[in-house]
Amino acid sequence: MQTNNRPVKEIAQEIFAENQAERILGWKRGEFFYDNSPAVFSAADELQEFVYDAFCGSNLSKFLVKEAAKEGRIAVLLKPCDRYSFNQLVKEHRIDKENVLPIEIDCDGMVDIDKVRALGIKGIKSISADGDQLTIETVYGQKNCSKEDVLLLKCQTCKDRTGGDRFALVREIEEMSSVERYEFWRSELSKCIRCNACRNVCPACTCEKCVFDNDKSGIANKANSDSFEESLYHMIRAFHVAGRCTDCGECSRVCPQGIPLHLINRKVIKDLNEFYGEYQAGADDSSVGPLTSYELDDVEPDIVMNRGGGR
Amino acid sequence: MSSRIWSIDLEKADELFNALAAGQRLYLPIEQAGQVQFKEYDPADSKQKVRLDALNTVRSAKDLFFPQSENMAAFKREGKKIEIIDNRERVSPFAIFGVRACDARSFEILDRVFLSEPVDVSYADRRENGTVITLACNEPEETCFCEAFGIDAAEPGGDISAWIADGKIWWQPITARGEALTEALADVLTNAEPDDEKLVMQKKQIREIIAQLPLHELSLESFQPERLKEIFDSPKWQELSEACIGCGTCTFVCPTCQCYDIRDYDTGNGVQRYRCWDSCMYSDFVMMAHGNPRTSQVERFRQRFMHKLVYYPANNEGVYSCVGCGRCLAKCPSSMNIVKVAKAIGGEANV
Repeated sequence: MQTNNRPVKEIAQEIFAENQAERILGWKRGEFFYDNSPAVFSAADELQEFVYDAFCGSNLSKFLVKEAAKEGRIAVLLKPCDRYSFNQLVKEHRIDKENVLPIEIDCDGMVDIDKVRALGIKGIKSISADGDQLTIETVYGQKNCSKEDVLLLKCQTCKDRTGGDRFALVREIEEMSSVERYEFWRSELSKCIRCNACRNVCPACTCEKCVFDNDKSGIANKANSDSFEESLYHMIRAFHVAGRCTDCGECSRVCPQGIPLHLINRKVIKDLNEFYGEYQAGADDSSVGPLTSYELDDVEPDIVMNRGGGR
Repeated sequence: MSSRIWSIDLEKADELFNALAAGQRLYLPIEQAGQVQFKEYDPADSKQKVRLDALNTVRSAKDLFFPQSENMAAFKREGKKIEIIDNRERVSPFAIFGVRACDARSFEILDRVFLSEPVDVSYADRRENGTVITLACNEPEETCFCEAFGIDAAEPGGDISAWIADGKIWWQPITARGEALTEALADVLTNAEPDDEKLVMQKKQIREIIAQLPLHELSLESFQPERLKEIFDSPKWQELSEACIGCGTCTFVCPTCQCYDIRDYDTGNGVQRYRCWDSCMYSDFVMMAHGNPRTSQVERFRQRFMHKLVYYPANNEGVYSCVGCGRCLAKCPSSMNIVKVAKAIGGEANV
């Protein structure tokens, strides 16, 4: 993929050639064509394995918490949606901005290989694109699908592309009766295996010691006592990142059980927008968010009762 | 192995499942909110979606023998007396249908750990009570590499092996337990020929597909116990672990990961002691009074692969603690996995 009509790899090579940074945080080619991994490159010759294509869905911002604290300047490749997380981390003083060279790169949507599989396509060998049409070579013959249908969830309602109402599903859930809503979330959340992937990948979750990992917190738990107990974990997490979540969608991308976790965060974002006015966390790296500022005309807690709901 | 074989029309699979469920609890690959899991089959529930086409369940079949969490004992205090209550779950007979060859092999790996002295009574109880019915893999995935461990997806093993071919489920008891269960199904199963052309063809086809898979030639031969120190000290661990976010996905979807933690939960008027899966990727794994011996993610990351490819085989006649199911390949948030590790560290020149 290109940025300013240049292959991103060329931009990476230039960073080393011109000594703009000592390390580059990017993606490394995988075993197959779709399993690229986040990687730190320390020298020009390592860039042989560098890749930037439609399978670089992971948000590299979170890795900076660890990488930017190390010696030497690091360049990071940020897709438009990743930039929000980067800004938010800078705002929260979790990244030393001086030690980082952020490089904004273009993105035309990342493909979710799990969605390709969900279409019943197995034994995938390669994918080629012709506009929106993907041709997939498999062990079981050639298959086709539309790229739009197999984009990552976060890409289907991209903040920087037109179309895609990111609150449509939230509204659908709001419209459910409380019983239906409970059943929906019970069915989804009881799949949780408590692997912590959503938390560990989340750029808003940067506590050095999570309360759930802290034996002394009294609520540390590695296991659930019933099939719905995990809801507590996910609700606490959603409240903790409220007002700071940029809606990067990494939680849903990494969930091994396909739980639409981003919908919980989007519900919070939607409420914040309604209560305090439109706000996009990470749109800049210095403004004060709605939950960390106080205005005399802020909504009162009774808005929760007054606006109805809870059918 | 028994040479007797039976079959039933695939369309009548419900009859087979209902007959099985009449004699014991039955677990099948069933869809829940878009994902397939081994769940208890309820003959009365017409909404359940049994997915015999799904290759891997998200969680492996290990769950039925080594559940994610289970009670060990409860302690209740009254005055100066402490009462110890045994509230371990008592398991009744159950059958699990649709176990793939890789997961079936994983039980042998878990057996070596849990059935060695001192025997793990909960695991042993479940193994005693569970009948494993495997299902051959008609459509293996590119992430499959069971062949590297000598597993034949066309002969999946278990107490009973099953195949889907020519619109039928083929059924072959392997063990005495499998024979006993088969006898109870005389009304639904029909006698068949073990060398029926359709079945033979299906097995051949499976093996042909496996031979075309991209990981077909994966070799783990360089992971020898005598190279332990050399592999442990490889500089490659550092860069491989950089992508690891320290979550427990790989360990929790893995059919052979066997580590657990024992915790006490304060119930308000006593203590509930339970055990639950643990992950070597977690910061408090093997936490001891003096602290944690592995303080960095690179050490935790290395532990997982050293255990599977070096320590376990060193203690178990060279048997690796991986079955090539490919779940970690499909599920790692950073797409870092045992195959990438094996290729990066395993190559002679690379170490």
